Amino acid sequence: MADGEYAIELRGISKTFGSIKANRNINLNLKKGEILALLGENGSGKTTLMNMLSGIYAPDSGSIFVDGKKVSISSPEDSVRLGIGMVHQHFKLVEAFSCADNIWAGVLNKGILLKKDRYKEVEDFAAKFGFTVDAKKQVSLMSVSEKQTLEILKVLYNGARVIILDEPTAVLTIQETRKLFDVLRKMKEQGHSIIIITHKLNEVMEISDRVAVLRKGEYIDTVKTSETDEKKLTELMVGHKVDLNIERGELRKTTPLLEIRDLTIRGDEGSIAVEGLNFYIRGGEMLGVAGIAGSGQKELCEAIAGLRPVEKGSIVHKGKNIAGLSPKTIFAQGIAFSFIPEDRLGMGLAPSLSIVDNVILKKYKKGKGPFVDRKTGRKEAAAIVKDYEVVTPSIDTPVRRLSGGNVQKVLLGREINSSPNVIVTAYAVRGLDIHSSYMVYDILNEQKKKGVGILFVGEDLDVMMALCDKIMVMCHGRLMGVVHAAKTNKEELGLMMTGALDLTSKSGKTAGIASDSALTMEEWERGPEPAEEVDDDE
Amino acid sequence: MTDSLSVLTLFFFSIVVYSIPLLYGTVGEIMIEKSGSLNLGVEGTMAIGAVLGYIVGCRADSLFVGMMIAFISSALVGALFSFLTVTLQANQNVTGLTITTFGVALYYFIGNGLGNDWPQMGSAPRMVNSFSDMEIPLLSDIPGIGKIFFSHNIMVYIAVGIAVLCWIYLNTTTLGLELRAIGENPGAADSMGINIPLMKYIHIMVGSGIMGLGGLYMGLNMGGTFEGSNCWINGYGWISIALVIFVNWNPAMAVVGTFVFGFFNTLRVYSGSLASTFPGLLGWLGNIPAQFFSALPFIITLLILVVDSMRKNKKSGQPAAIGLNYYREDR
Repeated sequence: MADGEYAIELRGISKTFGSIKANRNINLNLKKGEILALLGENGSGKTTLMNMLSGIYAPDSGSIFVDGKKVSISSPEDSVRLGIGMVHQHFKLVEAFSCADNIWAGVLNKGILLKKDRYKEVEDFAAKFGFTVDAKKQVSLMSVSEKQTLEILKVLYNGARVIILDEPTAVLTIQETRKLFDVLRKMKEQGHSIIIITHKLNEVMEISDRVAVLRKGEYIDTVKTSETDEKKLTELMVGHKVDLNIERGELRKTTPLLEIRDLTIRGDEGSIAVEGLNFYIRGGEMLGVAGIAGSGQKELCEAIAGLRPVEKGSIVHKGKNIAGLSPKTIFAQGIAFSFIPEDRLGMGLAPSLSIVDNVILKKYKKGKGPFVDRKTGRKEAAAIVKDYEVVTPSIDTPVRRLSGGNVQKVLLGREINSSPNVIVTAYAVRGLDIHSSYMVYDILNEQKKKGVGILFVGEDLDVMMALCDKIMVMCHGRLMGVVHAAKTNKEELGLMMTGALDLTSKSGKTAGIASDSALTMEEWERGPEPAEEVDDDE
Repeated sequence: MTDSLSVLTLFFFSIVVYSIPLLYGTVGEIMIEKSGSLNLGVEGTMAIGAVLGYIVGCRADSLFVGMMIAFISSALVGALFSFLTVTLQANQNVTGLTITTFGVALYYFIGNGLGNDWPQMGSAPRMVNSFSDMEIPLLSDIPGIGKIFFSHNIMVYIAVGIAVLCWIYLNTTTLGLELRAIGENPGAADSMGINIPLMKYIHIMVGSGIMGLGGLYMGLNMGGTFEGSNCWINGYGWISIALVIFVNWNPAMAVVGTFVFGFFNTLRVYSGSLASTFPGLLGWLGNIPAQFFSALPFIITLLILVVDSMRKNKKSGQPAAIGLNYYREDR
């Protein structure tokens, strides 16, 4: 084996998809035993570039050197043989398999028979890296961080010396991220070379030795982490100066717009996902929702939007109960819904339809007679692309061809275009780069100024503390308390998220019930009147 | 008493006989579906294996040659399915239906084309001899059970053998694990370095070949006569597809599942004799029109599909990515 300085060298790599130039003449190198952060905005070609190392895509031109030797990677198998392993952003795991079987399916030259001791072997191997795993546990029963651990184990088990992680922290809690970084440092000590893609600059500063920056498919520069800071990196990434402070929109609150009382919702499995929840949002107020993933946030959002039946309780919007009404009726009341699921495309957009068609989707009934009003749709789509800086070849491009961040902008743009008075947004900046995230914050702040009430389900506590007016914390579907964003701290929120701190009964009055409710006590007791259903043939 | 006992023995014996073509079809389809492909061309694949295997087998006067031809010709049909759906990424449902139409039509085309030259089974004495029932020493001496389970023709044992082998292959070998990974999540399998097109081609071809054996078995079992209006396979291919769901994609369970179906089919043939042998207990069977018994397997199939759809079983053996074509660079 030639002993060079670099584990991986990319020279002049280009890749196009149809008319999209995803990578243009990229040069990148990874030193042995270092952690290299790969930074870039959404759609700057980071994932595409890494997928060429892992054999998912083949480059159109350019060459790849591994340990100083020129190689050609035409399939994932080639990549595995060269000792390159990738932990994909969307896990590549077989849900129906056990932990050990997921690892074994990918082992090369494993003989004919499946050995019985493979479970123990996997557990012993994991222990070497400081992991404790249950090798017999089925993936579908695993938590996100367990799945990620498995992905990393899979790569290590195959003897990878170069490990690529694509946005590994996007779905992890702070504690889990800390644990992951410890593992990465350990791997580095053992001589592994690591490329990590992340949007979180504080993580880049914490974990990496060097940072490589891509912008719009082009390679910009590689800098030493110790010689740079978050501001400089952002400038490299965006191409111009950016203000990194999140601004909290001015609070001009009005009466409660949306009041939720005693809400109980069942999850997909039939178990209680949200129990006895009380809270309210005023016009012109942004309420953050914090909680560990799967604490009922998704079910709550879906119930408000009318996508999930309500077991018990009421959702009162401007004095009328909208619980259990059709999504169409709820939308007609001015409640916009943007939920960004983990796979981003799952909710709200039709992947194979163009941007125009997706924009029309929510207002197709407004055309003349049976015909769809395409002209207005095209105009709106063009406006969204322009206003939100969506990177796309044209407004007729199918949404699935856009990169994740751009897909999100289309969704958010469409929802806000419907001029709502309540916006329910979950994980609005999931996977978005700094620049796009700040744009989303600005958009939301602007809506807030117009008197719109916003429910902001988020992941990043720092962001929520800076952006929201109040933060409500959920744990296992129960309310743990509502705190003022400016007066709380991460430790308090963290304790509430894990259920160790319950503020609902402390203050004397019941948490989450507005004193100036839109309904009188008697009206609440009688049960709020339902809003009128929108006729389907409108 | 001896008489009624022998009627019962014959009844259960026939259940085995009638369930075997379904076993071939079901196990073949399981191998294909486990690779993530849904092949609706079972009926046509069986028809082609049946007609070619039978004719060549008769001409060569060898059951072994017939089986080889049935397997190979059906495997080639599987290769066609693979080429269309794996290489060219055609829609699997449409391709499967096309293969059924094509296979059954080819069956009639060859049969009608040969006319009087259609080989009769009598012209191949050695083949007939190989297909005749053989008693397994010792086991066949067990009263009742021996006759029902251990005195069949060789293709019955081969079918059960294939089913057991497929179960072992899927559950205890590394290749079986890789195959299941493809059916569950081709994207994951691909990133593990598994050669998806190769694996799909091999298993679709082998699965189709197994179906072809079932077709040949049906032809031989029906005396090898060509009827211009009725295909030997007679809907068994379709029932096999439903049976795959019934047995939860488990080849070993298929042995039991097909036996249940064989029961209803046999009822059609034996309802008369059962009614006359046990007038008190089963006399009512004689009053039911024969058409009902002919329809029964399909009615049961329908019921099973309804019940199965309502069942909320987390432990389903259905491959998660079934029916979806996989293209690595798709985004």
